[in-house]
Amino acid sequence: MNYKTKSKIEVFAIYLILAIVTVIIFYPLLWTIGMSFNQGSSLYSSSLIPKNFSLEHYKWLFSDQSDYLLWYKNSMIVSVAVTIGSVILTSLVAYAFSRYHFVGRKNGLYIFLLLQMFPVMMAMVALYIFLNMIGLLDTLTGLILIYLGGQIPFNAWLVKGYFDTIPRELDQAARLDGAGHLRVFWSIMLPLAKPILAVVALFNFMMPLFDFLLPSIVLSSSENYTLAVGLYNFINDQFANNFTRFAAGSILIAVPIAAVYLYLQKYLIGGLTAGGSKG
Amino acid sequence: MSIPEDKHSQLRNNKHRPNVAMMLSVVFAGLGQLYNRSYLKGIIFIVIEVAFLVTLLESINFGLWGLRTLGTIPGTDHSIRLLVFGVLSLIGIVLIGSLYVFNVIDAKKQATKIKEGWKPRKFKEAVKHFYDYAFPYLMTGPGLVLMTFVVIFPLLFSVLLAFTNYNLYNSPPRNLVDWVGFDNFTNLVTVPIWQDTFLSVFSWTVVWTVVATTLQIAVGLFLAVIVNDPRIKFKKLIRTILILPWAVPAFVTILIFSAMFNDHFGAINRDIIIPLFGGDGIPWLSDPFYARTAIILIQTWLGFPFLFALFTGVLQSISSDWYEAADVDGATRFQKFRNITMPHVLFATAPLLIMQYAQNFNNFNVIYLFNEGGPPVRNQNAGGTDILISWVYKLTFDTNNYSMAAVISIIMGVIISAFAFYQFRKTRSFKEEGEI
Repeated sequence: MNYKTKSKIEVFAIYLILAIVTVIIFYPLLWTIGMSFNQGSSLYSSSLIPKNFSLEHYKWLFSDQSDYLLWYKNSMIVSVAVTIGSVILTSLVAYAFSRYHFVGRKNGLYIFLLLQMFPVMMAMVALYIFLNMIGLLDTLTGLILIYLGGQIPFNAWLVKGYFDTIPRELDQAARLDGAGHLRVFWSIMLPLAKPILAVVALFNFMMPLFDFLLPSIVLSSSENYTLAVGLYNFINDQFANNFTRFAAGSILIAVPIAAVYLYLQKYLIGGLTAGGSKG
Repeated sequence: MSIPEDKHSQLRNNKHRPNVAMMLSVVFAGLGQLYNRSYLKGIIFIVIEVAFLVTLLESINFGLWGLRTLGTIPGTDHSIRLLVFGVLSLIGIVLIGSLYVFNVIDAKKQATKIKEGWKPRKFKEAVKHFYDYAFPYLMTGPGLVLMTFVVIFPLLFSVLLAFTNYNLYNSPPRNLVDWVGFDNFTNLVTVPIWQDTFLSVFSWTVVWTVVATTLQIAVGLFLAVIVNDPRIKFKKLIRTILILPWAVPAFVTILIFSAMFNDHFGAINRDIIIPLFGGDGIPWLSDPFYARTAIILIQTWLGFPFLFALFTGVLQSISSDWYEAADVDGATRFQKFRNITMPHVLFATAPLLIMQYAQNFNNFNVIYLFNEGGPPVRNQNAGGTDILISWVYKLTFDTNNYSMAAVISIIMGVIISAFAFYQFRKTRSFKEEGEI
């Protein structure tokens, strides 16, 4: 077998593998889309290509009977608040850890990262009682505060790793020119760290959107549900009855998210390797 | 420092005694600072101590009493609330205590300096100095407060819970919870049902973590390498397709998969297995072996795209000089992969790979959403696919065996943080120093 034929076979094999992988990737996704257009609510009679194409589930989601839009709004409130809060909090913490000497600087962040490795389930019991005591149970505020506190160690570690790569000469020069602590932070560190901050923002926007465990414990009334809890209850209450509705509701949120991810994936990966691997 | 030696000795203030300053600060925070004529600092400390004595002392005392006794009157004292109060009091004590120690050390340090001829700063200077000194604390402060409540407080609470007998049959407000020492830990290793369950869940957790993570890394790396082949066209399109599973929220896809794997009506059995192989299909959800297989496959589907994207980024950054040099030396493809590609990729991504293992160890979502940890197993109180974390969830929210759940949480936390600690030790920024 000469070199050329061998090469051709190889290329063919690669395409074949990729074709198989593509089928495996698309199968469940197309199945979901197909299901959302199926008439009726039964999971079991639904098929990949709907026999009776219908938009009834989508219509239902936007009708008065469903809280879908309310959940959508709640999820957006939580996500936006967590995004803004996390960028501010983590960049402040990371700045201090990257550039200053203070008690606890050397090990503080790592201790928190290690402590966070302990599973969150038991924390839920404690947080539940605590939120109850301070009256933030079943509120979006309580949920947002927990997300904000929980995300700091990992993201601060990520941002600190990135700050460390910014040459110290830059902020030293600015200090010589009389810039104060906050000024250096605001005019030098933040603009240079934009890529990693974008990653932190995106992660913190996405994370609460489809976290279902914590909100299902903190939020108890239907009008406070986030999307994940609401959608889960479609299939959890009466599995067979609402699966098609779940599919329709999921698609309406998954499609925009997937679009953003695909659009930004280059920056996400770049930010992670820059902050994470050197961190 | 610029002061000459003779002048320096003139300025010495031998009457100023550091020990007096220290003792004064021990007696009441801030007095030592007043003695040192740092009035601003002194007043701040005094205000803090007075505020503490007036408002917090009583509740901290109550909290400690609650922590010690967990309540004395069944029906009135709520043991778990008392436990929460107790933990909060402990945190308060540590906070106040460290301020107090800082106050004493500060008084002594400053008095020593004054004795050696140092003049206390003017008010404006003192404020400026304080701002410089406190700046990193101000920056980390808000984050630290939140982390204390969201990370430290719940952790302390659950560690303490492991030493109580808090469970469904013994829960407030009807009953009081008691301290039971290490009984829960002993029960876990001596009572047969706990012992069996723990061993089987633990071993499946290890298998799950290792197999699922390694598989997703291997698939991701393999696909990244073959797509990176220069003879392949439409790279951009292919990469977009391969990243799709990462872009779609896992919450949705896991639930969809769980429907597709349904034993009786799921699409996998109905459309693939039965037409191709005949028979009644595979019991994906009701047989532990098949359920585990399915869950590993699902996790691979969910997890490989992230690694694929990560590896693709690294592969593109490897200079082609390496490969050309290897070609000159007549290296085989496998040798090139083994000696050039692998070291580059692993070096650049090691911490993130380690994190993948840690994530799967704690991957509650895929286990719980797929089959709620099922199918049930005889003589065990955990299901066939339950890993430690989903078992803890069941113990907590289904059977309300809080104390046992806390014991298992502690064991998990120790394992995974030891693992992570080893990793962090090796990373660079652990050694990186601040400058101010």
